[in-house]
Amino acid sequence: MSQKITIEPVTRVEGHGKVTIHLDDEGQVSQSRLHIVEFRGFERFVQGRPYWEAPVLVQRLCGICPVSHHLAAAKALDVLVGAGTGDGLTPTGEKMRRLMHYGQMFQSHALHFFHLVSPDLLFGIDADPAIRNVIGVALEHKDLAVQGVMMRKYGQEIIRATAGKKIHGTGAIPGGINKHLSAEDKELFLNGPDPMNIDKMLEWSVGVLDFFKDYYQKNQAFIDGFVSFPSNHLSLVREDGALDLYHGVLRAVDADGNKILDDVDCQDYDQYIEEEVRSWSYMKFPYIKSLGPVKGWYRVGPLARLNTCDFIPSPLAQAEFEQFKALTNGKPSNTCLHYHYARLIEILHSAEMMKELLNDPDLMEGELVTKGKKAKRGVGLLEAPRGTLFHHYEINDDDQITMANLIVSTTNNNEPMNQSVNSVAHSWMDGKTEITEPMMNAVEVAIRAYDPCLSCATHALGQMPLEISLYDADDQLLDRKRT
Amino acid sequence: MQILVYGYGNPGRQDDGLGIALVTQLEKWAADNQFSGIEFDNNYQLNIEDAEAISTHDLVIFADASEEEIDDFCLSVVDGTGKLAFTTHAASPAYVLKLCQELFHKDPLVLLLHIKGYAWDFKEGLSHRAEENLQAAYHYMTDLLNGPDEAIASLDKLKLC
Repeated sequence: MSQKITIEPVTRVEGHGKVTIHLDDEGQVSQSRLHIVEFRGFERFVQGRPYWEAPVLVQRLCGICPVSHHLAAAKALDVLVGAGTGDGLTPTGEKMRRLMHYGQMFQSHALHFFHLVSPDLLFGIDADPAIRNVIGVALEHKDLAVQGVMMRKYGQEIIRATAGKKIHGTGAIPGGINKHLSAEDKELFLNGPDPMNIDKMLEWSVGVLDFFKDYYQKNQAFIDGFVSFPSNHLSLVREDGALDLYHGVLRAVDADGNKILDDVDCQDYDQYIEEEVRSWSYMKFPYIKSLGPVKGWYRVGPLARLNTCDFIPSPLAQAEFEQFKALTNGKPSNTCLHYHYARLIEILHSAEMMKELLNDPDLMEGELVTKGKKAKRGVGLLEAPRGTLFHHYEINDDDQITMANLIVSTTNNNEPMNQSVNSVAHSWMDGKTEITEPMMNAVEVAIRAYDPCLSCATHALGQMPLEISLYDADDQLLDRKRT
Repeated sequence: MQILVYGYGNPGRQDDGLGIALVTQLEKWAADNQFSGIEFDNNYQLNIEDAEAISTHDLVIFADASEEEIDDFCLSVVDGTGKLAFTTHAASPAYVLKLCQELFHKDPLVLLLHIKGYAWDFKEGLSHRAEENLQAAYHYMTDLLNGPDEAIASLDKLKLC
C-alpha cells in the first residue's frame, strides 16, 4: 500500500503551490511533486493590445518583480521598433535601464536573503518557527535585519529614480528610456547620509557575504549535504563570457561544465528551448531541445549564472567568484544551498555596478531613444533575480500584439525544484507517517533556495501558505499540516 | 503631528487599486488646501522597508482594498502583537508595525482603512460600486485629517470595522 504526502502551499515562497509526496507499501518515498494550483492566461490577456503598452501591462503580473517584466518587455519591443537586439540603444538608454535592473537585483536579493533565508541559517531549519522568522532575526541580530531593510529601500529608491514611480513604472520605453537621472538623485545615491549611500551599500554587501562565508565554514556539511544533484545550467552571458544580468547570449553547460549551448542569439531562443506540459501541473517544464525533456532540463538563477559565466566584470565580486569556484575546483556547483552564496555574490556585483553607473555622465545627458526599421517579432531576455526571463511578442499591421510567450524564471526552475523536493522527501520522509514542522520547513528550504515566484510562473497573483498532506497507497489521508 | 497616509494594491487589478486611488485623491486635496505634516505614499504592497518609513511618523493610515463583508469602508487599529506572516510578496500592516517596533524602537499609531472592492481582474479602473465606496472613504478621511488629534483621542468614535 503506497502513501501520499501533500504539502500546500509554501510559506516564505512566492505564489501558490503545493507539494505531494507518495509513499509506497514500505513507507518509502516513491514520488514527489511540486504542484502549481493557480492559473491565469496573461499571455492571452495582452493579445490585441497595442504593443507599446506591454512594458506597463506586464507589471500587472506581479508586484514583486515588476521591473524585470518591464525591462524584458521593453527589450522585446526594442526589436519591434528597430532599435536592435540589445546593443542598439543609446548609451543613456542602456545605462539607465541597467541601473534600474541592478537596483531591482540588489533589493530583491537582499530581501530574499535577509528576510527569508537568514532565519533558517541563524536558528536552524528545525528550530521553533516562533523564533525562526524575521522577527526573531530582528530580536537577536538587529543589525542584520536593519541592513536588510535599508538595502531593500536603497534598491527601491534606485527603481523609483529610473522607472519614474513605484507603481506601473514607465521608465523603459520601446527603443530606450524616457528620462535622465537627475543631479539630485545622483548626489543622493552616491553621497546621501548614512546608510543611504552606495558606499554603505557596498560595505554591507561585503559584510553579508562575510557573514555567509563564516556560516558556511562552520556548517559546510549541512550546506553541501542538504540537497545536491547534477543538472544543466542556463543563463545569459556577455559575448566574452562575463556575467551580464541585463543582456547577452544564451549559454548552457552540463553538470561538469561542458557547453551545451553557447553564443545563442536571444532572438532564436525557440530553436533551442522547448516547454513540456505535464498533466499534473499548470506550470510548464522547459528543456533544451537537443537533449529532450528527460535530460534537457536546467537550472537558472544566481547559481546557474555563476556556473555558466567565465568571470564577473567587477573586482570585488570577481574575487568572491574565484573563491566560490574554488569550492568545486572550477566545475559547476550542483548544490542547492549554494544558490544563497551565489546570490550574495550578485548583491555585491550589483552594488559595484550601481556605483560605476552612478558615476557615469551618460546617465545625466545624451539621447534617450533610438528607433529604426520596424519588425513584427521581438524577443527580450533578461537575467531577472530568480533567473532567465523570456518575453516574446509578435504584432500585426495594426501594431496589436497577436502572440505573446513568456517563460519566467520560476518556470525555468520547475524541474530542478521538483528534483529538490524529491531529494528532501527521501531524506526526511522515508519511513514516516506523520508530518512534522521541521519536515515542512525542509521542503520549503529546498524550494526557497530558488527564490521562486510562483505567482509569475502561473501568471496569477497570490500568497503561499504551506500545507502538507500525507496519503497512503489508497489515497487515504494520513496526516495534513498547514502553516 | 507627522502623518503618513499610505495606499497599496495593484491598480492593474481593478478594485485592488482602491488604496492607491484614495491616496491620489487625498494628496491632491492636501495640496489644494496647503496642508503640511501629511505625507503620502503608495506601492503594490507593503514590504519590509515600510517599517522604516512608518517609524518617522506619529500616525500612519494604510489604505487597502478589501473583500471582507463590510458595507463601504471601515477602519481598524493595527496591532503588532499577533501572529505575523510574511512573504516577499506582501507584508501585513501588523508585520510592518512589529518590524518598526523591533528595529527602530518606534510605535506609531497605525490604522488600516478597509475599502470594499468587488472586481479583481486584469483591468484598470474601479468598478462602479467601488468608486462609490472610494468617494465615501475620501470624504471621511478629509474630515479625519482635518482634525487628527481629535480622532486619535477618541478612537472609539472612528468608523471601526
